[in-house]
Amino acid sequence: MLKINGLRASIGDKEILNGINLEINPGEVHAIMGPNGSGKSTLASVLAGREDYEVTGGSITYNGIDLLEKSAEERAAEGIFLAFQYPVEIPGVTTINFLKTAVNEIRKYNGKAPLDAAQFLKLVKEKAKLVNMNDSLLKRALNEGFSGGEKKRNEIFQMAVLEPTLAILDETDSGLDIDALRIVSEGVNKLRSPERSTIVVTHYQRLLDYIVPDFVHVLYKGRIVKSGPKELALELEEKGYDWIKKEAADAV
Amino acid sequence: MKEINTLTAALSEDFTQMETSAGGHAATPFFGQQKDAFKQFETLGFPTTKNEEWKYSSVKNLVNERYSFNTVSDLSEADLAALSIPHLEGNLLYFLNGVFQPHLSQIISPAEQVLILPLQEAFERFPDLVEQYFNRLAKNEEEAFTALNTAFAVNGLFIHVPKGRIVDQPIVLRFVTDARKESSGVFSRMVVAVEENAQVRFVESFRTVGENKSLTNTVTEVHVAESANVEYYKVQIESENAHHVGTTQVRMLDKSQFYAATVTLDGGFVRNNLNIEIDGEFCEAHMYGLYLPDGKQHIDNHTLADHRKPNSYSSELYKGVLLDQSVGVFNGKVFVRPDAQKTNAYQSCKNVVLSPGAKMNTKPQLEIFADDVKCSHGTTTGQLDDEALFYLRSRGIPKKEALGLLMFAFCEDVLSNIRIAPVREYLEKIVAQKLNAENE
Repeated sequence: MLKINGLRASIGDKEILNGINLEINPGEVHAIMGPNGSGKSTLASVLAGREDYEVTGGSITYNGIDLLEKSAEERAAEGIFLAFQYPVEIPGVTTINFLKTAVNEIRKYNGKAPLDAAQFLKLVKEKAKLVNMNDSLLKRALNEGFSGGEKKRNEIFQMAVLEPTLAILDETDSGLDIDALRIVSEGVNKLRSPERSTIVVTHYQRLLDYIVPDFVHVLYKGRIVKSGPKELALELEEKGYDWIKKEAADAV
Repeated sequence: MKEINTLTAALSEDFTQMETSAGGHAATPFFGQQKDAFKQFETLGFPTTKNEEWKYSSVKNLVNERYSFNTVSDLSEADLAALSIPHLEGNLLYFLNGVFQPHLSQIISPAEQVLILPLQEAFERFPDLVEQYFNRLAKNEEEAFTALNTAFAVNGLFIHVPKGRIVDQPIVLRFVTDARKESSGVFSRMVVAVEENAQVRFVESFRTVGENKSLTNTVTEVHVAESANVEYYKVQIESENAHHVGTTQVRMLDKSQFYAATVTLDGGFVRNNLNIEIDGEFCEAHMYGLYLPDGKQHIDNHTLADHRKPNSYSSELYKGVLLDQSVGVFNGKVFVRPDAQKTNAYQSCKNVVLSPGAKMNTKPQLEIFADDVKCSHGTTTGQLDDEALFYLRSRGIPKKEALGLLMFAFCEDVLSNIRIAPVREYLEKIVAQKLNAENE
């Protein structure tokens, strides 16, 4: 489904991704871990099409299409969803209106008729239930004045409504207390399916207790330096990242 | 020796003619005040950019033009209907080139709720009443345009809401300037007196037709008595060649509320002064403003919240979107006088400059002479938030639509405060059209 080959990306003169190789099959959950500044969030952003980064090499193929040729909105319409580490507050745009625009733009891209108000409302109600999203938040301006937990829950709610085939969770656990973490993780787990793949970007193992990955990759200095089964995350939790750094240094 | 510009020369002639044509009688019932005001105008002269209040707004083009005043227009009722705000019912008062048009106007509110009369007629029929309010708030000694307006206050309206009355229908003043055949000039003077515990909402709408130059000079004096409640909306959609200098001078007494929104969507050169004297305790004043200049338009808003007594509240939110080579000016003054303890005064001015050629000048000015007050102000001028744009795009919303959504949301922050639904909906529609056109 997703094939990343020798991906390099930089911001300004600084190279951040330094030859990433990664392959993800339908239904798989991959965790990307790594110390701060290793390039985890950059990878998430580059996949979603953020223009601040310049891709200087490599390729990303997604369901047979060249993803790097597509704009952020086209990628979203092709089924890629990024749950932001810091969801943006947008005063003056209600969550519900924003989502309706998003849903119908994606439908338009895929040659489907737009949902009418009643159909959309039904969809929203159903999905709000799934992630325990309070109705009153939907009528408020997008993320404006939301708590950290509410913002993250809103991300998962949007993911539920947009039904992506590849969901990228960028440090969804950051800043969440244990209750919020549980609610958000439950939402993600309910959305797991054989067709939907997930990339979980996180610094800590804690999130992976709730969202259990099929594979764990360790990113360091812009490259994947180690991959393994879910137990790798536990090992990292126990031993920290220093041994990885050392291994990587020794390998050079 | 001072160089006399075209407009000053023409106005001196006009004023002398007005004086002599009355054949020794006073041209109007208040001609004495007009004469004084004209003298004040002559002393002041038109402001230049050396005047701090006019630093960013040059009236050079405005004063070097010949305008015909009070000309008859043959715009038909259908032409006028096309310029009106749809579904806006109420008391509709038409002014064509500044001249009140009784046959086009309709007053539906009963006489016991509100008195609406042309200024001169009001003066003739109710001299004592009008005398109490006319020219009491205007700062003829400070503002040349105000002095000029008083000097030529032949056209205009007197609106009086007696004590305890609630005018349930809005009062809509529609000013249409016809500049199709020649450059057209308009002076209009509104006097609005809202007595104790009375309520009224009124709208001033300004439109221009035609490609010639025009000048609109308006002064609106608003008296808000104890516990009275006034809503005031000013809507400007004028042409590229229109000059507009308008002053709204408000005085509030104890426990009164004044609520204003000024929306300028188009206009070649616009200067709005909104001055509120909060001369009472427990008053509440709200000021909202939105401006969207494009092309070479110049839109200047000067506001004043003058807290003279304790325990009152004022808040202000002005927003602007600047396109092309347009220029915006915001100058917001807040005075808190020594007696005005426990004042709460808030001011915010936010701008988005969408083109490298556009320019915004902001100057918040707080002068606080009391020590137990809460005041805040903030101005921002910048581009659109890239992070917000990416967020919307990452959800599948194309760039053009995302930009439109963000720009509209920015404006809606002000528009949502317009409490007369047809006015709000009409402006929302025009704003959306203007922003979408920009995105094409």
